[in-house]
Amino acid sequence: MTEEVKTDGQRSSAFVVSPQKRKMQKLAKNAGETLLLGIASFVAIIVLFIFFFVAVDAIPYFQLRGFTEFFTSTGWYPADEPGEFGALAIIYGSAMVTFGSALLAVPMGIAAAVCLSDILPFSVRQYAKPVIEMLAAIPSVAFGFFALVILAPLLQSNGGPLLMWTWWILAAPFLLLAVIVAADLLSARFAQEENRKKMALLLQSLFGLLAVLVLYVVGTKLNAIEIITGTNALNVSIILSFMALPTIVSVAEDALQSVGRELREGSYALGATRAETLLKTVLPAASSGILAAVILGIMRALGETMVVWMASGNSSHIPDPWYNYLDAVRTLTATIAGDMGEADQVTGSERYHVLFAMGLLLLVISFFSNLVSERIVVRQRKILSGQ
Amino acid sequence: MILKRILLLLTVLLFAPVDGGAADGGIVIDGSTTVGPIAKSFAAYFTGRYGVPVTVSESGSGNGAKSLINGTCDIAAMSRAMKSREIAAGATKGVSPKEHVIALDGIAIVAHPSNPVPSITKAQIAAIYQGRITRWNAVGGPNARIVVIQRESNSGTQGSFRELVMGKGVKITRDAETQASNGAVKNRVSSTPGAIGFLGLGFVDSSVKVLGVNGVMPSPATIQNGSYPVSRPLYMYTDGEPKGEVKRFIGLPETVDGKRIVEELGFIAK
Repeated sequence: MTEEVKTDGQRSSAFVVSPQKRKMQKLAKNAGETLLLGIASFVAIIVLFIFFFVAVDAIPYFQLRGFTEFFTSTGWYPADEPGEFGALAIIYGSAMVTFGSALLAVPMGIAAAVCLSDILPFSVRQYAKPVIEMLAAIPSVAFGFFALVILAPLLQSNGGPLLMWTWWILAAPFLLLAVIVAADLLSARFAQEENRKKMALLLQSLFGLLAVLVLYVVGTKLNAIEIITGTNALNVSIILSFMALPTIVSVAEDALQSVGRELREGSYALGATRAETLLKTVLPAASSGILAAVILGIMRALGETMVVWMASGNSSHIPDPWYNYLDAVRTLTATIAGDMGEADQVTGSERYHVLFAMGLLLLVISFFSNLVSERIVVRQRKILSGQ
Repeated sequence: MILKRILLLLTVLLFAPVDGGAADGGIVIDGSTTVGPIAKSFAAYFTGRYGVPVTVSESGSGNGAKSLINGTCDIAAMSRAMKSREIAAGATKGVSPKEHVIALDGIAIVAHPSNPVPSITKAQIAAIYQGRITRWNAVGGPNARIVVIQRESNSGTQGSFRELVMGKGVKITRDAETQASNGAVKNRVSSTPGAIGFLGLGFVDSSVKVLGVNGVMPSPATIQNGSYPVSRPLYMYTDGEPKGEVKRFIGLPETVDGKRIVEELGFIAK
């Protein structure tokens, strides 16, 4: 009996914390929280500091030269006396390669993410995702070297055929799908029950012929293109899309995964096919996460420096015609990297400050796109939760 | 015990750089990528002969000037003369750059090896770089677009090229592609059939074709006698009259060994 009481007492004393110990625990908790808060706010403060110091060095440029030249002129001769600081062509170049890389990377990235999350079996995904993420580990100078030494000469010597084959490989499956679907839809709409199959066959062959013609004509047009310089916007867009891919795939795949089994199974239970489930349930539910992935990927492309410095050709002009991706361009990041060397307050303050003005512009662009994406994500979440 | 160790470490850390700097009195050189090979060979020779360490950085003539003005190097290697603006900037910091010509260099106009054009005139080069001539057939070549390749604005070679070929204040066309070093220009020209570029003579090899200018090919003889029109002196700048080891280093181009090194590298001894 007494023994029992004793053990009982021991047991309960294990759960009773002495006041001193409780005080220590509270102190430790507070210290831990303060530390974490400190680290988190430190990151925020760093961002603010960068903004502040870039702005401090950027504002003198606008005080010296005003806004008009920077945003409307394409003359970039910073080392001349007097210098010209027209950044319009450079801003345009940045926009061009960012848009080009997004055009390539976004569909590819989302498709790869869907494939990874919903189509490939788990055992394959386990290996495929790390391999794609490994792309992110390749240093950008290695990408730049590849672009300059391998891709640029290749585009120059075999640019036309390369474009033709890319067009064929990309367009053929889409056109095939379009032919089948269009023929099916049209025959279902206009033909009688008994003629439907014949009609579909007829339309398929007709559309198929048309598709082959389109493939062939565009292909020969592309084949005839002669790429004069391989260090151009196309080259950089291709490489930048490779660099943005791992970000997009990885983040978008996480978003798709987080949609969860319940929604998918609910959709199947209602009789939806896999394609319907993917397009009408999973993708809309994950859309905010996918958008975040796309913005992150685009920011990666916009901010990349080494590749564009090495492989864009660095001509500060707006290509002629303006959509000519086969012409050399110059971007904001490459200009900052390339001209920083000589620019110094001592040897010319405009030259120095104009680079900070470009840096500020980049910061503002990424700040606003982050803000916009944040807003869209919030709104999307509200819509999805039915508010 | 631990405190003692920390103190010891601190003492070592505090005195090491001061001690080191005073003992070896090394020379720091910064500047032109064109002068780089000469500076590096001189440095190796100098260290071997006198035991004085010499550090050479190649970051462009403009950077060399900047480093000298900011007091971060002893010698600025430059492939162009200092601009009045840089000398004025030096004066505000109490630095008075002194010019030393160390060698002569030709700027070779280069094209792709498959290019059939043997020689062009200085006026044609200027027109190409201004964007007034855009196709090779205007200078006796094939009917193909000219890909104009230039150096970035830090480059002394670019500065000299503009001054020697185009005249002061004449701008290079906006369509010109920009590369960051002599090596990068050579790489682009050697892999682009329609390209034209300019290189320090010391960088020329068989991967590119050298074009004659006004019918004269660049060579030590034609540069020395002045018949090759695109040549320039190469400089090293010091802060005031050089003293001690720096003076001895600056004197290298006058010595027999110094002249031999310059010529072995494909430059012309002065």
